Amino acid sequence: MTSGGIGRSVSAWAAGAFALFGGAAWANPEPNQLNMTKGVAEWSPYAMHMVALWVCVVIGIVVFGAMFIAMFRFRKSRGAVAEKWSHSTKLEVVWTVIPVIILIFLAHLATGGLTSFADTTNSEMTIKVTGYQWKWRYDYVDYKGKGVDKVGFMSKLEETSNRTRQLKSNLDPAKIQVDGYSTYLLDVDKPLVVPTDTKIRFVIVGGDVIHSWWVPALGWKMDAIPGIANAAWTKIKEPGVYRGQCAELCGQDHGFMPIVVKAVPKAEFEQWLAAQEDEAKVQKAAQTAQTVQAAPAPAPQG
Amino acid sequence: MAHAATHDHHDHHGAPKGFFQRWVMSTNHKDIGTLYLIFSLTMFFIGGAFAMVIRAELFKPGMQLVQPYFFNEMTTMHALVMIFGAIMPSFVGLANWMIPLMVGAPDMALPRMNNLSFWIMPFAFLLLLSTLFMPGGGPAGGWTMYPPLSLQGESVAYVIFAVHLMGISSIMGAINIIATILNMRAPGMDLLKMPVFVWSWLITAFLLIAVMPVLAGAVTMLLTDKYFGTNFFNAAGGGDPVLFQHIFWFFGHPEVYIMILPAFGIISEIIPTFARKPIFGYRAMVFAIASIAFLSFIVWAHHMFAVGLPMGAEIFFMYATMLIAVPTGVKVFNWVSTMWGGSMTFETPMLFSIAFVILFTIGGFSGLMLALAPADFQYHDTYFVVAHFHYVLVTGAAFSIMAAAYYWLPKWSGNMYSETWGKIHFWSSVISVNVLFFPQHFLGLAGMPRRIPDYNVAFANFNMISSIGGFWFGASQLIFLGVVIHCVFFSKKKAADRSWEGAKGLEWTVPSPAPFHTFDVPPVIHDDELAHGNTEH
Ligand code: HEM
Ligand SMILES: [Cu+2]
Ligand SMILES: [Cu+2]
Repeated sequence: MTSGGIGRSVSAWAAGAFALFGGAAWANPEPNQLNMTKGVAEWSPYAMHMVALWVCVVIGIVVFGAMFIAMFRFRKSRGAVAEKWSHSTKLEVVWTVIPVIILIFLAHLATGGLTSFADTTNSEMTIKVTGYQWKWRYDYVDYKGKGVDKVGFMSKLEETSNRTRQLKSNLDPAKIQVDGYSTYLLDVDKPLVVPTDTKIRFVIVGGDVIHSWWVPALGWKMDAIPGIANAAWTKIKEPGVYRGQCAELCGQDHGFMPIVVKAVPKAEFEQWLAAQEDEAKVQKAAQTAQTVQAAPAPAPQG
Repeated sequence: MAHAATHDHHDHHGAPKGFFQRWVMSTNHKDIGTLYLIFSLTMFFIGGAFAMVIRAELFKPGMQLVQPYFFNEMTTMHALVMIFGAIMPSFVGLANWMIPLMVGAPDMALPRMNNLSFWIMPFAFLLLLSTLFMPGGGPAGGWTMYPPLSLQGESVAYVIFAVHLMGISSIMGAINIIATILNMRAPGMDLLKMPVFVWSWLITAFLLIAVMPVLAGAVTMLLTDKYFGTNFFNAAGGGDPVLFQHIFWFFGHPEVYIMILPAFGIISEIIPTFARKPIFGYRAMVFAIASIAFLSFIVWAHHMFAVGLPMGAEIFFMYATMLIAVPTGVKVFNWVSTMWGGSMTFETPMLFSIAFVILFTIGGFSGLMLALAPADFQYHDTYFVVAHFHYVLVTGAAFSIMAAAYYWLPKWSGNMYSETWGKIHFWSSVISVNVLFFPQHFLGLAGMPRRIPDYNVAFANFNMISSIGGFWFGASQLIFLGVVIHCVFFSKKKAADRSWEGAKGLEWTVPSPAPFHTFDVPPVIHDDELAHGNTEH
C-alpha cells in the first residue's frame, strides 16, 4: 500500500471513530464505517439503536469489570481462600429488578418507534415495489391524490458492475466510482426517483420468491413476498442518491440486485413525472398504432 | 468381584474385543458418547471447510473463486452441518458420557435405542453431503429453507429426508436422556441436587421433543408442495409463504436454545470447580434455564420483524424477546458471583469458560438490540445478525463444548492433556474468533447484507480482517485436534480419579479412565461430595 493509501485509510478510520461517538450523516456505506447511518428520512431507528448500544456498553463495563476484579483478587496464586457462601436473595432481587426497569425503558422507546412506523396514513404518494429474480420493478401508483398514468420500469444492476462481478473477470471493482465513492454493486441502470418532503407510501410485493427492499438511509427494510402486499413509508428530508440492496436471500444473484433511490425537490420531481407520463402516452400511442396495423381484429378481452 | 455364573461374562468386565462388536453394535453409554463426539468433531471440520470457502471468496471485492450459486450452497451447508452435525451431536455425546456418571446410573435407560440414535446420524449426513456432488447441486436456499426459494432447488427431497433422519435421532436421544434422568438416578440424588448440566439437558430434551416434530412437519409440507401438488406455501395456489416462516421459527427459536442450554450447564459445572466455591444461586440457575426454555416458545417471530407482521404481533414478540434477557442476565450475574470470593486457577477449561461468559454476553447484548423491532428493521438480514449468532454459537456453544472436552478428557482417557498446548489453543482461538466476528458488527451496521458472495468496496477492509481471523481460527482448531489425539494416545501423564483439585460430583469418584461399566451398584451419596449437594446456603 502506498503511504497515500495509508494516510487515506487512517483519516477514514478517524472519521469512522468520530462518527461512532459524535455522529455523522452517511447516506451510503463509507469505507471502514463503524456505525449505523442516521439516515435522511423523518423516521429513523438510529437514536434507539444508540441508546440500546450505550445501555449494553454500560452494563458490559459493570459486569466484565466485576469479573476482571474477581479474576484478579480471588486467584489461588495470590493466596485467596475460597469462601463458602453461595446465595444472596437481596442481590438476586436487585439484578432481576434493575434489568426489568432498563427493559421497560427500552420497550417504551421501541413501541413508539413501531407505532410511528406502522402509520402509513396521510401519505401523499404511493409507489409499488415488486421484487423479481434479480431486479426490482417500480410502479408509480398515485401522486397527490391523482392516479399516475402508466409510469413504471424495471431497475437492475448497472452494466459495468455486472461485467466486473463475473467470476474471474479480472476487472477491478475499485474502479467503479461516482464522485469518488465506490458504487460497485450499488448502482442501477434506472433509479427510483422520488420527491423530498413528501410522505411516500410503498406497497411492496414479491414477484417470484421472497426479496427484501432495503435502503439503509431510509431506516428500514421490508420483505417483498409473493401474495402479500406489505406497506411501509418514508419522508426524505434531503435530496440525494441513496443506495441499498436486496436483503433476503433470493437465489444465485441475490447479491446483485441493488436499489438506488434518487430524491429530488418536489418541483423537479413533478417535471420528471410529467415527462415520464408523456413518454408513456407516446409509447402507448405508438403501440396501439402498431397493433391496429398488424392485427385489425382486436383479440377478445377476457 | 465374584460374579454370578448366570451372568454373561461381558456384562461386568471390559469392552467387547472386536472392533465391529465394540463400536457398531455398542450399547454402552461411554462408547456411544465417544462415537457422538468423534462424529461431531468430524462434522465441525467439514462445516469449517465450507466456512473457509465462504471467507476466502469474501476476502476481497470481486468474484475470485466460486460461482454465486455454489457460494449459496456453502452458506446453507455450513449452517446445516454446524447446527445439526457439530453442535447438537456433541452435546448429545457429552450427555451420553456424563449424565449416567453424574447421576450414578449404570448406563442410559434405553441402550439399544441409544445405538440407533447415533447410527442414524452418519447416514443422514452422508445423504445431505452427497447432494453437493449431484447434478443440480446441494441446497442453496439457506438453512432456514424459506419457500418459494428453497423449492427451486433440485436436492429438496434429499435434504428433507436427511432432516427427518436427524430429527428422529434427536428425538430418540431426548427420550433416552429424559428416561435416564427421571428413572435412573442413584438413591439420594434428588432432582434438586443434580448437577446443573443434568438439569440443563433434562430441559433441553423436552425442548427437542417439542420442536423437532414441528420442523419435520414444516419440511414435509415443503416436500408435498414440491412433489405432490399441495399449496401450503404457494401464494398462487392460495397458500402463504409466511406460514412456513412461522412454523420454521416455532421450531427455530427453541432450537437455538437447544444449542445453548447444555452450554449453560457445562459452564455451571466448570466455574465452581476452578473457583473452588459452590455455584451461586443453584436454584435460580435451574429456574432461569426453565424460564428461558418456556419463553423460547413465545418469541419466534422476532426472526420475522421485517415480513410485515401486524403491529400488535410485532409488539408482543418484541416484549417477549426482551424478557429473555432477564433470566439470561441472572445466569451471567450468578457465574460472576460464583467467581467472586473464590480461589481461582486458570486451567484450559476455566479459560474457555471465562471466555464463554464474556463473549456469550456480548452475543446477548446484540440479541437485546436485535429484539428492538424498529432497530431490527435495519439490523435484520445483515452481518450484524451474523455477528450476533456467531458470538452465541461459536464463542457460546462451541467454546462450552471445548471447555467440556478439556474438563472431562482426563476422565474419558485416563490421561492429562498438555496444559501448554491447551492454553495455546485457547489463546489462539479466543483472539482469532474476535478478529473474525467482531468486525462483522461494523459491516452489518454499515449496510452489508448477509448471504452475499460479493460486496461494495466500502466493505473491503473489515471483510479482509474477518477472513484473516477466519483462517486463523480454522487453523487453531487443528491444535485442538492435536491436543486431543496426544492426550488420548500419547500422553504419559496419568489423570487422578479426581482430576481437578476443586472438582465435585459423582463422576470424579470413579477411576480415570472411567471403566467400561460404572455404578453397577448404585453409589452411596454423600451430599457434601456432590457439586450441588447442599443448596440451602
Ligand atoms: C439474550 C438472548 C437473545 C436474544 C434477545 C436474541 C435475539 C435474536 C433476534 C431478535 C434475532 C433475529 C435477528 C434478525 O434476523 O434480524 C436473532 C437471531 C439469531 N439468534 Fe439470537 N438472541 C438471543 C440469544 C441467542 C442464542 C443463545 C442463540 C444460540 C445459541 C442465538 C442464535 C441465533 C441465531 C442462529 C440467529 C439467526 C437465525 C437466522 O436468521 O439464520 N441467539 N436472535
Ligand atoms: Cu435477494
Ligand atoms: Cu430467536
